[in-house]
Amino acid sequence: MPSLKELRGRIGSVKQTQKITSAMKMVAASKLKRAQEQAEASRPFAERMSAMLSNLGAGVQGMPGAPPLLAGREGAKSHLLIVATADRGLAGGFNATIVRGARRRIAELQAEGREVKLICVGRKGRDLLRREYGGLIAEFLPVMAPGQKRTEFTDAKVIADKVIDLYNSGGVDEVSVVFNTFKSAVVQILTFKQLIPVELPEKAEASDEAGGSVYDFEPDEERILTELLPRNVGVQVYKALVENAASEQGARMAAMDNATRNAGDMIKRLSLVYNRQRQAQITKELIEIISGAEAI
Amino acid sequence: MADKLTFELVAPERLLASVEADMVVLPGEDGDFGVLAEHAPVVSLLRPGVISIYEGDRVDRRVFVAGGFAEVNPKGLIVLAEAAQPLDEMSAEKARQDLKDAEEDLADAKSPGDLERERLERLVAVARAKVEAVEAA
Repeated sequence: MPSLKELRGRIGSVKQTQKITSAMKMVAASKLKRAQEQAEASRPFAERMSAMLSNLGAGVQGMPGAPPLLAGREGAKSHLLIVATADRGLAGGFNATIVRGARRRIAELQAEGREVKLICVGRKGRDLLRREYGGLIAEFLPVMAPGQKRTEFTDAKVIADKVIDLYNSGGVDEVSVVFNTFKSAVVQILTFKQLIPVELPEKAEASDEAGGSVYDFEPDEERILTELLPRNVGVQVYKALVENAASEQGARMAAMDNATRNAGDMIKRLSLVYNRQRQAQITKELIEIISGAEAI
Repeated sequence: MADKLTFELVAPERLLASVEADMVVLPGEDGDFGVLAEHAPVVSLLRPGVISIYEGDRVDRRVFVAGGFAEVNPKGLIVLAEAAQPLDEMSAEKARQDLKDAEEDLADAKSPGDLERERLERLVAVARAKVEAVEAA
């Protein structure tokens, strides 16, 4: 049985921990709000872009001379996986989920005989993958530079440019990204998204929207596609980053809420033991005094 | 008066404008062109330049875009801009400074790869268009 003094010390330390976790929860909640707004604001562009791509791409795909970013390279040998995680931990299963998904994917690709390369966005992903797949990591970037408050489109652009350089130089034949899609503060969905070759969304409604009419292209279809496709990579990376940022804050908020509640339970339990022991001590002392008095 | 044109200007970070306009003039890759309601479906590349939104027969708003895409479909006009900024929020001094910086960057790049050079040249082109836009306003 721990002594009264030890118990007091433990209650104190759990209380401190609870203060920290509840503060972190508040911070995550306010950051979540901002990140969520950003994720939602970025959706229209990504959606329109996909719609435009599917309108354009469906006609060109399968034709000889289709841009390789769209049609893919034949006999693709190497695969670049962009692992987007967070820079910090203490966000529940957020980073672990992504890394687990990435590991599974790497194993699958290697089993197919592909050469796998990794770009880690976020410190945690690199830390967790370094031991096992250190040799595969081609590039590492933190999600945010020190002091940076939000993910900008230019950050995504930097990554996208690197990816496209790698692709054009023949370093990789396929590119995909793994991240968490933000569903709600407590639900995040692990998502794999193929970037190169481009995955075209279902075209079912797209043709209705255009009223069955055929587009004119200026200057011409091919020029537009060669501009649009690299741009699309940037947009998809950006989308992955902002969804991830919102998911991270959501996961952290949920995790810290849990931790705060657990700390509360622990304090309750410890206080009970403490009070019981204090009473036992008082009783013991009284008995000593009384039996001492009786002995005289 | 014909129907109005639904015009949406979207940047990667947010939806910048969603308005009903009488006419929108776009800086197309092959030259400026105006879009009225019920324009034929077209997809066009945009060069860095100014989009003018007409209300009646006068210009209601001008927005600078650093290139992008325009799509006209029967529902309206959608512009996917890379970066956009209302013209009246831009200052000529800053634009000139940006152009100077961009040109210096290009000159400083010692032995850049083709892609890097292309990127810098593009930045210079955007900055130059910006200066022209501001000076014309």
